[in-house]
Amino acid sequence: MSSQQQPAAPVKLITAFGSPFAHRVEVALTLKGVPYELVVEDLANKSELLLAHNPVHQSVPVLLHSGRAVCESLVIVEYVDEAFHQATAPRILPADPYHRATARFWADFIANKCLRPMWLSMWAEGEAQARFARETKESLGVLDAQLEGKRFFGGDALGFVDLAACTLARWLGVLEEVAGVRLMADGEYPALRRWAKEYVSDEVVRRSLPDRDELAAFFAANKERYRSRVREAVQQQ
Amino acid sequence: MAGEQQQPETELVLLDFWVSPFGQRCRIALAEKGLPYEYSEQDLLGAKSDLLLRSNPVHKKVPVLLHAGRPVCESLAILAYLDEAFPDAAGPALLPSAADPYARARARFWAAYSDRVYEAGTRLWKLKGGEARAKLQARAEIVEVLGNLDAELGEKEFFGGEVFGLVDVALVPFVPWLPSYERYGEFSVEETAPRLAAWARRCAERESVARSLHPPEKVDEFITLLKKVYGIE
Repeated sequence: MSSQQQPAAPVKLITAFGSPFAHRVEVALTLKGVPYELVVEDLANKSELLLAHNPVHQSVPVLLHSGRAVCESLVIVEYVDEAFHQATAPRILPADPYHRATARFWADFIANKCLRPMWLSMWAEGEAQARFARETKESLGVLDAQLEGKRFFGGDALGFVDLAACTLARWLGVLEEVAGVRLMADGEYPALRRWAKEYVSDEVVRRSLPDRDELAAFFAANKERYRSRVREAVQQQ
Repeated sequence: MAGEQQQPETELVLLDFWVSPFGQRCRIALAEKGLPYEYSEQDLLGAKSDLLLRSNPVHKKVPVLLHAGRPVCESLAILAYLDEAFPDAAGPALLPSAADPYARARARFWAAYSDRVYEAGTRLWKLKGGEARAKLQARAEIVEVLGNLDAELGEKEFFGGEVFGLVDVALVPFVPWLPSYERYGEFSVEETAPRLAAWARRCAERESVARSLHPPEKVDEFITLLKKVYGIE
């Protein structure tokens, strides 16, 4: 991967296999032409590096740049957009304040109304599972309507909201298979399906998209752990 | 500044609910920036207005900022929008300058994190009597969150340093809810997060904050009302 200018200091990204959140950051870095080095964590055995740089959440991704740590994937994406901005690199968030606000709104909607219940619907049981599935499907419908006539959420080019939604493009299909929970039935959400295909075929995205089979094996191996964690989380609600 | 005569093309209207801390974030930001706006109280416990439903069809929630008729939803998106759409406002920017992307990233991180105070706090009063374990977990979480915020504040006057900034605006509306959380959760902010407690007292002296927030007694009354509405305890 070439870049017009070498950034002043090397950029490291603490990641873990299969993380859609880390994927968002990798795409952002690639879009901006920023070379980076991956530090791959085993989340069952977190390193001192990770705990020192993200003491609050102890999660990936964490971006290390000039010795400083940036945490939370969409915060990191905005940081990358600003810190590595060049006239020649694409904008991840649009320039116009109103469109930026709209993009932030949809990223928040995707995180809270779609991805969160989606994950819970995969691993929960009984009435709670049905409730999460209903909520997710309703949100998928809203997103499908948003994509009407658009190639990406961002318009003609991939942007902030597409990165926020990336989980739906690759991870959702794999989870549906492994968990045996079908949220997107054949023929449902045609615009979203079309967007997912566009997303995973994108030249930049492909470089950091995990392989479908490897992802499936990874989720399958962790199924029971997800189920027990979600059971706990549901009890706390 | 609410109610001042405005030009239609720059007109700001805030759809809000009196006790909403998310709405208060916007009120405080508008006041700090010296931006005139029309405050529009929404009836959330009754039938929602057509204007609210049209402006925020996805969530049907407040706050919504209407700028020349265009809606901006989600309180943190509204705060960023106020900075970006009104760079020449009388008051300072909420976010650090564009010359310091790292400081901006830190501010965004902690502003988003401040939501956890409300999330954990809500679980404390919303859980029914029998859910002891879940209550203990909510208590542990709010204590941890307040501790983290206390550490991040450190010895600074505000989270923004000398500037009353994004994180301060995002967090301060939860302050009147803390006495209720303390009671439901049986913990003390003074003990758990003494620097944060002092920060809260400093913020209360700011005009924008004093005018926008309601006293803890009013918030507590509201929580009691909600518990009735939800049929809790």
